[in-house]
Amino acid sequence: MENVAIIGASMTQFGRRDGWVLDLLSEAGTACLDDAGVSPDAVDHLYVSNMASGEFEGQTGIMNAIAHDLAAMPAYTARIDQTSSSGGAGVKHAWQSVASGASDMTLLVGAEKMTHRTTPEATDVIASITHPVEYKHGVTLPSFAGLTARLYLDTYDAPRESLGKVAVKNHKHGVHNPHAQFRKEVDLDTVLESPIVADPLRLYDFCPITDGSAALMFCPESVAKEYTDDYVLVPGVGGATDTHVVHERADPTTMRGVVESSRIAYDMADVGPDDVDVAELHDMFTILEFLQSEDLGFFEKGEGWKAIEEGRTEMGGDMPINPSGGLKSKGHPLGASGVAQVYEIYEQLMGEAGKRQVGDADTGLACNVGGFGNCVITTLMEAN
Amino acid sequence: MEAYRYPDGSITYPGHPIGPGGEEPVDTVDLSDYTAEVITWTTSTAAPPGVREPNTLAIVEFDVDGEPVRAIGGVTTGDEVAIGDEVRPVYVEELREPGAGIREPDSQEWDGYRFEPV
Repeated sequence: MENVAIIGASMTQFGRRDGWVLDLLSEAGTACLDDAGVSPDAVDHLYVSNMASGEFEGQTGIMNAIAHDLAAMPAYTARIDQTSSSGGAGVKHAWQSVASGASDMTLLVGAEKMTHRTTPEATDVIASITHPVEYKHGVTLPSFAGLTARLYLDTYDAPRESLGKVAVKNHKHGVHNPHAQFRKEVDLDTVLESPIVADPLRLYDFCPITDGSAALMFCPESVAKEYTDDYVLVPGVGGATDTHVVHERADPTTMRGVVESSRIAYDMADVGPDDVDVAELHDMFTILEFLQSEDLGFFEKGEGWKAIEEGRTEMGGDMPINPSGGLKSKGHPLGASGVAQVYEIYEQLMGEAGKRQVGDADTGLACNVGGFGNCVITTLMEAN
Repeated sequence: MEAYRYPDGSITYPGHPIGPGGEEPVDTVDLSDYTAEVITWTTSTAAPPGVREPNTLAIVEFDVDGEPVRAIGGVTTGDEVAIGDEVRPVYVEELREPGAGIREPDSQEWDGYRFEPV
């Protein structure tokens, strides 16, 4: 099996955009082809990561539409939906297409258009992933976060302020990301005094509703060398699931999908958590950064909150997390987010992250979470 | 409030065609006959269409003859609840307005149980 390389990447401005999902896909897809120096007729497979274009704007069949708009026919195409981890799932499918020998050039584009919907409408589209016994009670993803945050703080005797410090950190990082929805620092008092959304979590504990797109170009390393000397390798990608019904988990503060997907990815890449120089985690809610950083093995169980208190996850810390600003600051266009996480790690490993650069990063990790840990993809990447 | 019991003794709510041990269910248990302990709770102030606001929710654990079974539901008393409280299920004819949200009204049931502190 050949090594899988990424030879090009792009992302659009995240935030409130005028264009619709096909416009966003086209913008990122075109930019990625340009960045990689690849002609559309060289693309064998074209994957589109997207959760709900039909529900959000009544546009389905977007994988074929974008194949046409990018003149990539007769490339094989498919739309990848794994809810909030659609982007990560797209990375896994793109990786598999190359590693299996089925494709010598795979373009992955993720996108979501959400901001034309009201917050209650968008919340309901996302909450439609829940089981009927959850949905009929009005359970939402933010309410899962509130339930879990209260249990985490109670179980591990963590201060409420530690969650607020995740928001402060990621907003601080996002200032240097030109694509981020919010490029503005917030202080801890602002976070802790913002309106309650799902007690004990407040407005600044949550990511925004976002439009945006991101793209990556995958190929075998032997083909990569024909295009460029500078590329990034993807030695491991793991995917795993946890219960659909969230309350059936014995320990709601452990995300089994994160544990299992990272175990697979670490084994494939023959590395461990101590080898990771930089990570992009799925901070859709501040509490998720603690859970993932523990379940990925960066910190002991119940001690993720201490890492933020000690500054270990900031730029300059020994385990920098979310230099892009994370979903919290950058925004969370569902199908694009997992692709944009890998875009950030690509930039870091290429040494092209500018003021966000974490130093000489050789190994990076992206963890993309679907639902409330229902589906998880962990991707490990290495500098060439 | 029907839960399924499987051959290995485990019980789940809701029931599944195949249980956690990989076997089909052999019996049902009506959880509304039991009380439960609050594992955690939240009050959501950003409810989706057709849902009461604020909406206090709790994950609770029933003890069915020594076998733990968890469930989620609304709390009848707003945010006057705490981790460790004992609650009992109380029947509610319509938990959420059918058709106000994205889900097809006929695709699921809308009645069920909220939890009331004992």
